[in-house]
Amino acid sequence: MNNSGIVLEMKEISKSFPGVKALDKVSLKVRRGTVHALMGENGAGKSTLMKCAFGLYHPDEGEILIDGEPVHFRDARDAMDKGVSMIHQELHPIRTRNVMENIWVGRVPYKKVGPVHWVDEKKMYEDTKALFEELEIQIDPRQSMGELAAAHCQMVEIARAVSYGAKVIIMDEPTSSLAETEVALLFKIIRKLTSQGIAIIYISHKMDEILQISDEVTIMRDGQLVGCWPASELTQQLIVSRMVGREMNNQFPPKEHTPQQEVMLEVSHLTSANPRSFKDISFQLHRGEILGLGGLVGAQRTELMESIFGLRPIASGEIKIKGQPAKIRCAQDAIQQGVALLTEERRATGIIPMLSVEDNVLLANQTAHTKQYTGGRVFLNEKKRREDTQSYIDSLSIKTPSQKAQIQNLSGGNQQKVLLGRWLLTDPDILILDEPTRGIDVGAKYEIYTLMTKMAAEGKSVIMISSEMPELMGMSDRIMVMCEGRLSGILDGATATDEEIMMLASTYEGAAKGGIAE
Amino acid sequence: MTTKKKFNGKQFLVNYAIYLILLALIIVITVISPKFLSLSVFKDILMQSSVRIVVAMGCMFIIISGSADLSGGRMVGLSSLIAASLAQQATAGLKFWPGLPELPAFVPVLASMVVGVCFGIFNGLVVSKLRVPAFLATLGSQMMIFGFSSLYFNKAPNNSQPLGSLTSGFKALGGGSIAGVPIIVMIAVVVMIIVWILLTKTCLGKEIFAVGGNLEAARVSGINVFKIQMITYSIAGACYGLAGALEAARTASATSAYGQSYELDAIASCIVGGCSVAGGVGTVGGVFAGVIIFNVISYGLTFIGISPYWQNVVKGLIIIGAVALDVRKYSSKK
Repeated sequence: MNNSGIVLEMKEISKSFPGVKALDKVSLKVRRGTVHALMGENGAGKSTLMKCAFGLYHPDEGEILIDGEPVHFRDARDAMDKGVSMIHQELHPIRTRNVMENIWVGRVPYKKVGPVHWVDEKKMYEDTKALFEELEIQIDPRQSMGELAAAHCQMVEIARAVSYGAKVIIMDEPTSSLAETEVALLFKIIRKLTSQGIAIIYISHKMDEILQISDEVTIMRDGQLVGCWPASELTQQLIVSRMVGREMNNQFPPKEHTPQQEVMLEVSHLTSANPRSFKDISFQLHRGEILGLGGLVGAQRTELMESIFGLRPIASGEIKIKGQPAKIRCAQDAIQQGVALLTEERRATGIIPMLSVEDNVLLANQTAHTKQYTGGRVFLNEKKRREDTQSYIDSLSIKTPSQKAQIQNLSGGNQQKVLLGRWLLTDPDILILDEPTRGIDVGAKYEIYTLMTKMAAEGKSVIMISSEMPELMGMSDRIMVMCEGRLSGILDGATATDEEIMMLASTYEGAAKGGIAE
Repeated sequence: MTTKKKFNGKQFLVNYAIYLILLALIIVITVISPKFLSLSVFKDILMQSSVRIVVAMGCMFIIISGSADLSGGRMVGLSSLIAASLAQQATAGLKFWPGLPELPAFVPVLASMVVGVCFGIFNGLVVSKLRVPAFLATLGSQMMIFGFSSLYFNKAPNNSQPLGSLTSGFKALGGGSIAGVPIIVMIAVVVMIIVWILLTKTCLGKEIFAVGGNLEAARVSGINVFKIQMITYSIAGACYGLAGALEAARTASATSAYGQSYELDAIASCIVGGCSVAGGVGTVGGVFAGVIIFNVISYGLTFIGISPYWQNVVKGLIIIGAVALDVRKYSSKK
């Protein structure tokens, strides 16, 4: 029925979300028994495309064919029944049940006695055992899922996909939580699967892995297809240039600041208390400098900044603020020493949705410098509260019906500006911005950029975590790049190219020496 | 957000449902029995509500801060015993503390509040330091407190006899009035005013709302979440202690059975009064209306001669309706 050997074909898939065209006529052809890598920067559309292939999203346009037959997936279960399975980056096994129940959940084998469906434990055990033997997985089917390490959970998940008769298995960053030795084990299983004719779609940022395991590589950029090449024709340099190749336009305000000599923040050999997070990070931040922090998802940039801000525990290392050793155990300590952190997740750790714009703007400063609002007495000075709020509504041009409006009714960009106002009110010397322009419109972006330049010109220092290359290169005086919890390099913002940044983001010195396997 | 503007009338109903229901109830009862609309009935309902108001005010702090507290009722019971045992006349027949002189009325009130605060601190520590979910932590302390109050009540020579013979000064807190206004109602009003000021006019109040509205965001903004949790549980404890003393003064007696299930009534009043179960939302006026609505139901239905058993049916329906509204009001926007 299909002589070309193509098991999954996606034809000109388009998908839009309010305000964003996530996929624009993207096509993908996956051959039977091959590993097909899917690559692109954060936000290139890889996940959206795969969610379409797995029935989690319905494409607006385009066609999906399996073995040449057009299919329409209602949902993930439907996709699995028709031969497409997906191993997610974050696994969610039922930890309190055993391995075999996790595999057969939703379709447990049973014997019918009268009106009662009795679970057929024996058949379930034997089916699982046979499945594991076929894949050479050494796990006891009766073991509790909660006792398994991440790598074994992943194998159970793969076995589950095979038990559904999968023809295509999508793996989203499958090695992100694996140690080096476990990666080798995963690759062994992948080769076993392909030898049985199963196709793998492999999403990863790690180029050495891609070049090692895959047969073909499809590269995406900004929701569009760049192309598909045999892996043997590609090198790391080629992949990087095809992933980032885009033109730059004038979307950034002119620089009005020059970094000075004085060191505002010095971090030496900082290591997280979480062994999977960052290790041995050292850098300096100067007065009047905008320091960009680049890296891929999972580079532990947010974790590093939240640790400096006192939200996460540190195992070792030192932080100095203006030359003085700083003891920061909680956010309040950081705020008192002139540090502010605009967090990445606006909804989870930023806004307090049901409270007013006023209460949201004043939150941090009112707690840090209560006396400004009470004069040392009990009652809050409502006039001062109104004035402070209004001054930031004006200076950041926040569009809100009133100071008393609930923040949840504002647009994303305006919510972000309210949160910026919250931190500017504390009058910080060091402003850390974690993905400050994510999910907001172009106009608001430009305003936030202008504000950053203004802050730097006033002699304050800014650290900006960003996953957007143009933003990193357009705004930063220096760009610090992290990879898998390590500092892989610091580049000069004026001369850095996206190839250089991408290269540092996907490797660090010593990666090959097994740095992650601890 | 566009739909919100279209259904302005609906939004009004959602926001003011509690007051409308209260109004409707009063109208229905008055139509059936016009005598209901009188000053003496009004006074009765307020007097009966006073203790409940104080308990609900304490509970409101907990709910706004995004937590839960099931220990309030038993705390009222324990503090009513403590207050009554310290407020007996010098000549009382079966004296709880033989030889204890007659104490001024404020001493037993303060003592019961101190006990309330102690258990509040205990609750706060269990919730924030041991990380026991508040619902279960306070279920545990509820049982412990009932155990303590039974032990106290059973202490020789009292041996579980209802406490009586309270001083007239102490009883006046529950039954006396100044210029026609019952003292107990005045106390409840003062508590409401203090709570209103604390929640809306002080930095502490803003921080409590912030913690309840989004705990992680509050922590990132430098709020000491542990401190806030300890304070809310302590304030709640103080309210429960005061309520226990008032309950003893009002009934001129106390047993270990006092206060049973008051915490559930208080939670119901808060939710019906517009506090969000998710935290971060709540007003003194709403909770006050929530308490009154339940007392109007029990008083009013008896007034028009409906079986008291129906009261529970109506109350239960109102609670379910209020939570269903709450879910629509806050959760749908997230």
